[in-house]
Amino acid sequence: MSVRTAIVRRAIDVAALLAEVENTANGATLVFLGQVREVNDGRAVTGIEYSAYGEMAERELAAIASECAAKFGIANLAVEHRLGALELGDASIAIVVAHTHRGQAYEASRFVIEEVKRRLPIFKREGYVDGTSEWVNASGIAQQSAAPEHRT
Amino acid sequence: MTVTALLFASYAEALGSERVNLALSEPATVRDIVEQLRALPGGSALPVSPLVAVNLTYASADQRVESGDEVAIIPPVAGG
Repeated sequence: MSVRTAIVRRAIDVAALLAEVENTANGATLVFLGQVREVNDGRAVTGIEYSAYGEMAERELAAIASECAAKFGIANLAVEHRLGALELGDASIAIVVAHTHRGQAYEASRFVIEEVKRRLPIFKREGYVDGTSEWVNASGIAQQSAAPEHRT
Repeated sequence: MTVTALLFASYAEALGSERVNLALSEPATVRDIVEQLRALPGGSALPVSPLVAVNLTYASADQRVESGDEVAIIPPVAGG
């Protein structure tokens, strides 16, 4: 079994993650990349600066991976989330999952990204072509009232 | 007792600091900490019920806070 997560400050090496989950027991391997796109909410984007509550983000990402492994019977999973200044096209997150069958692999990959968006304490500041930048309020939890159900 | 609140991203910018030491009378809750922060210059940028973590775990407004706890006020998360 190989389940590993990391918050990194360097480019994500997808080939390395693929090698990490390689196992001849598996019949399906999926790679999900979250990338910086050139337009958000109608505004032309130049890049995104990611920051985090580092210690908690590491812990929460590890918890998400553990939950995923238990829920879908995943034995091979590698997830990295990148922080720092990212340019257009750069991968901010990579989720590489391998399973005996494709169904669980797809579900597991989806589970990880949705949980990341919901509860990982990572923040992003988007830069725009007009020289301005703004903190992005994404779709994750934002209020205390929602917090207890997200405890693990 | 004294509790240090950690601030991030837009909240840290609004209050001009990533750490704020607060003097609290016991017993104190997460809600008390948020109220004190909101009374500081720039504190109105915080919602009445922001996301809060105590010792690295998401906490409700009613959760008790002890001296030495790490209390983090977390802006809307935007990972992925």
